[in-house]
Amino acid sequence: MAVDGGHRDGGCDWDGRWNHVRKFLERPGPFTHPDFEPSTESLQFLLETCKILVIGAGGLGCELLKNLALSGFRLIHVVDMDTIDVSNLNRQFLFRPKDVGRPKAEVAADFINSRIPGCKVVPHYKKIQDFDDSFYRQFHIIVCGLDSIIARRWMNGMLISLLSFEDGVLEPSSIIPLIDGGTEGFKGNARVILPGMTACIDCTLELYPPQINFPMCTIASMPRLPEHCIEYARILQWPKEKPCRDTSLDGDNPEHIQWVFERAQERAAEFNITGVTYRLTQGVVKRIIPAVASTNAVIAAACATEVFKIATSAYIPLNNYLVFNDVDGLYTYTFEAERKENCSACSQVPQDLQFPSSAKLQEVLEYLTENASLQMKSPAITTTLEGKNKTLYLQSVKSIEERTRPNLCKTLKELGLSDGQELAVADITTPQTVLFKLNFTT
Amino acid sequence: MAATKASKEQKYDRQLRLWGDHGQESLENAHVCLINATATGTEILKNLVLPGIGAFTIVDGHTVSGEDVGNNFFLSNNSIGKNRAQAATELLQELNSDVSGNFVEESPDKLLDNDPEFFHRFTIVIGVQLPESTCLRLGSVLWSASVPFLVCKSYGLIGYMRLVVQEHTVIESHPDNALEDLRLYKPFAELKNHIDSYDLDSMDKKDHSHTPWIIIVAKHLEKWLSEHNCQAPKNYKEKEAFRQFIREGILKNENDVPEDEENFEEAIKNVNTALNPTKIPSAVDDLFNSEQCNSITSQTPSFWLMLRAVKEFALNEGNGSLPVRGTIPDMIADSQKFINLQNVYREKAMQDAGAVCKHVESLLQSFGKPPESVSEKDIKLFCKNSSFLRVVRCRSLAEEYNVDSVNKDEITSSMDNPDSEMVFYLMLRAVDRFYQQHSRYPGVYNYQVEDDISKLKLCVTSLLQEYSLNVNIKDDYIHEFCRYGAAEPHTVAAFLGGSAAQEAIKIISHQFVPFNNTFIYNAMSQTSATLQL
Repeated sequence: MAVDGGHRDGGCDWDGRWNHVRKFLERPGPFTHPDFEPSTESLQFLLETCKILVIGAGGLGCELLKNLALSGFRLIHVVDMDTIDVSNLNRQFLFRPKDVGRPKAEVAADFINSRIPGCKVVPHYKKIQDFDDSFYRQFHIIVCGLDSIIARRWMNGMLISLLSFEDGVLEPSSIIPLIDGGTEGFKGNARVILPGMTACIDCTLELYPPQINFPMCTIASMPRLPEHCIEYARILQWPKEKPCRDTSLDGDNPEHIQWVFERAQERAAEFNITGVTYRLTQGVVKRIIPAVASTNAVIAAACATEVFKIATSAYIPLNNYLVFNDVDGLYTYTFEAERKENCSACSQVPQDLQFPSSAKLQEVLEYLTENASLQMKSPAITTTLEGKNKTLYLQSVKSIEERTRPNLCKTLKELGLSDGQELAVADITTPQTVLFKLNFTT
Repeated sequence: MAATKASKEQKYDRQLRLWGDHGQESLENAHVCLINATATGTEILKNLVLPGIGAFTIVDGHTVSGEDVGNNFFLSNNSIGKNRAQAATELLQELNSDVSGNFVEESPDKLLDNDPEFFHRFTIVIGVQLPESTCLRLGSVLWSASVPFLVCKSYGLIGYMRLVVQEHTVIESHPDNALEDLRLYKPFAELKNHIDSYDLDSMDKKDHSHTPWIIIVAKHLEKWLSEHNCQAPKNYKEKEAFRQFIREGILKNENDVPEDEENFEEAIKNVNTALNPTKIPSAVDDLFNSEQCNSITSQTPSFWLMLRAVKEFALNEGNGSLPVRGTIPDMIADSQKFINLQNVYREKAMQDAGAVCKHVESLLQSFGKPPESVSEKDIKLFCKNSSFLRVVRCRSLAEEYNVDSVNKDEITSSMDNPDSEMVFYLMLRAVDRFYQQHSRYPGVYNYQVEDDISKLKLCVTSLLQEYSLNVNIKDDYIHEFCRYGAAEPHTVAAFLGGSAAQEAIKIISHQFVPFNNTFIYNAMSQTSATLQL
């Protein structure tokens, strides 16, 4: 099929290059977004102006970069803190055996830029937390292909912190749409988040149930499964026997895994448990999630379609959550995730903390970590007492942890806290502190 | 050699955890044929090359156009003018050195004219963006040769897949939420003996709190049956009473306060599912009653042979039940109690599998075949999965397209909702008609869009008339399909690429269950549907 419009862009374009894309930008249609206007300028916007940030250059990231580049996007940044591992090669198709050990973001960017003439992917071999709001503000749309809920929540929190309100009304220009994709084996999901307007990651935190770890007493004295034997070797034997001189267990070191495997086999033999294999050992120690190319391809495709729709107003975007599963046939389910009224991330109101004044600080800490809607990892609690900032408990700095540990056994009353007191809580799940309001129940 | 095996294990580690070494082996023995290296085609193939299929062959007579390169990751602009099969093979081959890539610079129509048996060598044939006539011709050849055929099309924002396979058996379907096989309702002898070896009333506190919930439910069920005229709790009221009965079994301390016995809580929680009588699932029963199971010949594939053996087992040693699965879920218990209980189930499973083996042997003997024809390993796997066996049978394309056998009911009932995905199926059929009449697709050039709408509408009308389909297709869809101008946007091609590749892997590995038989994806609404046409 031949050309329908000439090339007017820089020298790297050839006849017909963008024919497939143009039909959706230059022709009117019955199902387009109400804001859509057919124009030859939309393609220019994609090629020359629209800036997209891709978070993650792994299974989803590689697919996303390809999809965006072949949809007309050229100004793309990609952030990934990892280097390439051999086990990535079954699906992260921008990497080859010779690239093992190199930063994913850099290799991915190189490959795309050389395969897709004109595309200018800028790599960042960094953590998302290494950037501040001035970095994120420059993008029109952000797409995540992350493998960590903590990172997602952080990204979510960052975009919410960029929102500006005038007289209590959200300014649309401060909204940066976030497209988030996730996969696990043959399951996946894709969602569109308009921070401040639609359900955010934390609004639907219950969709991500907390990871279940085996109880210590099972591991220590009552193993039944091969996994229990492996965890025994990892959690109890390794620190005690320290086979590698004070090094912590490195899941990527085959010698370490071999050591755990052998100890686990010994323990299993003791209890007549079968099933300890090297592969299982590696899977348990590294918390490996099985992965294939196909699921990542599907989810990244859905995400990229949404980026295109939002960037061009070609169609009404997904509203707002897609679930996919191809274990038995192919199953998709699309629904609108609802905003949580008192969401700890996006509701802009202090969170309610209901406790009797006789409750110990330890109980508050447990609530922050165990509550399904909060799922904090290592919260640091501070407050203002007598006009001064006071740290009630903080775990991440050893000296402060030791100093504030006694507070855990004190009651809220003993700590000098009053009804209605505001507590500021910091945690790795969010770039901004979360405000809580104490509500004494007795 | 050992080095390559080890590095392959590392490379494929993440997928080996899904389909195992035997699944991987079947992939590495597969030879996939792709017809037409459009974006959809190369995306499908990419997702098969990466996991390591043995070989692929691309059949494509087209030369690469500028437009082709624009949406295809596996074509570069210096391949414009070259044969598309060759150009794509180079860049796909480069993805994985374990895979061997081949190409045939020929249109499928020519091959069908001169050498239709060319297609017999493939494990599966994937046809992309095929015109209707080619598709039907190829479908007929592959159906006669029993070669699975996967038809794929990306058209504007619509993705389409059609699986054509006569009979596809699945032993390892890996169901997401399978019920456990605990036999509590009518425990087998060895389980009964094991339950009898427990005396809850005489146990010390530690043992009592670490007794597996299976034993607890079994013990309480025994008592219940003796007090309720051998009637197990059936409805909600009775199950609630049974749960309360179990709760009363929790030890109390000296102040008459119930102790913290998590194993009892587990028992209570599992009452709902644990008491279901062991029944042969209806899907398996249907298979037992099928022709293939009951007319065994020396040509019968091992799946049906094993199924027949399991049927014989169920009628005899199994007393109306399938072989015991042999697995139990983890539960609060001390190691010894758990392992002993687990072994009771494991040994019974081995015993049952042994009985099934004997049935297989006698079946094989009746045809003069050696007993090694079906391995013990395969029989064991079959028994373990006997509750989850699936057989997928797709209708042929001829049946779908024939006026006398078209699935009118499915089409008209779906179209009760005029916006259901079925409308896209009908539009794709209409567009095929347009191509047959005009040797081009509607709306390819801007100036054609408007005029083609009425022409396409005529095709829609004639399609509906020919098949006597009393449905209404909104004008908006006809307009939209002209607007598409047969575009193949990359993200739609990529979505289909992932979907189709996994279905192909299911066919090759006989693990997980393929769709039956038509899949439509709508990228506008991010919805999909599976239709049986």
